[in-house]
Amino acid sequence: MRAGILLFPGINRERDMVLAVRQSFGTEPRIVWHKETDLTGLDLVIIPGGFSFGDYLRCGAMAAQSPVMRAVRDHAARGGYVLGVCNGFQILTETGLLPGALLRNAGLRFLSMDTMLKVERNDTVFTAKYAKGEVFRAPMAHGDGNYTADEATLDRLEGEGLVAFRYHDENRNGSARAIAGVYSPNLRVLGLMPHPEDLVDPLMGGTDGKPFFDSLAAA
Amino acid sequence: MKAVVTVMLKAGVLDPQGKAIGHALNNLGFAQVGEVRAGKIIELELAETDPAAAKAAAEEMAKKLLANMVIESFKVEIAA
Repeated sequence: MRAGILLFPGINRERDMVLAVRQSFGTEPRIVWHKETDLTGLDLVIIPGGFSFGDYLRCGAMAAQSPVMRAVRDHAARGGYVLGVCNGFQILTETGLLPGALLRNAGLRFLSMDTMLKVERNDTVFTAKYAKGEVFRAPMAHGDGNYTADEATLDRLEGEGLVAFRYHDENRNGSARAIAGVYSPNLRVLGLMPHPEDLVDPLMGGTDGKPFFDSLAAA
Repeated sequence: MKAVVTVMLKAGVLDPQGKAIGHALNNLGFAQVGEVRAGKIIELELAETDPAAAKAAAEEMAKKLLANMVIESFKVEIAA
């Protein structure tokens, strides 16, 4: 699995992602600047967290218009893997690669703390090393993580098994149906708010997120 | 020609910011304040002379970028 990590101005979590990929994949990910348009040779495109373009207009709205996102759309259309974490998730909803949108947290506060995520299914490339229903710890750090979509879309996501993770301990940001992450219909595009890449080494205080990257490495 | 685009969260979409503003106004003694909705106004200076063309262009911009149609609605007004 050859991974590329997108870099937009204002993205600040790419180094954590490089570390997680390097550790699980045993290969060096390629850093892809937002003006690049050639993703040839990449199996997985990762959009890390941060505050791309200063969150101007809406979180992820500016990044969604970047040249590289046109290439990401083509990559996804070819069946390529895409992972968006935090701001990356917001960018994926803004580009329309994933349904719904992420609103301001219901309590209006920026949330910087650990949360517990429940694995809704483990037959995807992102979750194969977890058990179905397993609960794992993941740090979160966001102001706009309140997942929303119309009722019909939420019903469809649940009906088609496209909910990837739910907040298990407490739904602090007010997400609809406690949804923390969603898949595309082909299960190859995933977006989630919490950061599995920030718990992949005992030095970070835990390895709860390591199976996530080990799953991808084995795919 | 100037176009003014007003973007608001759709009715039914929770607006925590509007809620917080409402609470703050109540705390300031404005007891008459009920629901508050907060949005944004974007002013566009357009190189257009035809108001209809300006409106159509601004609406296209709103759909493509200025508003997220999943959660927001918009209104375009052309100012002389």
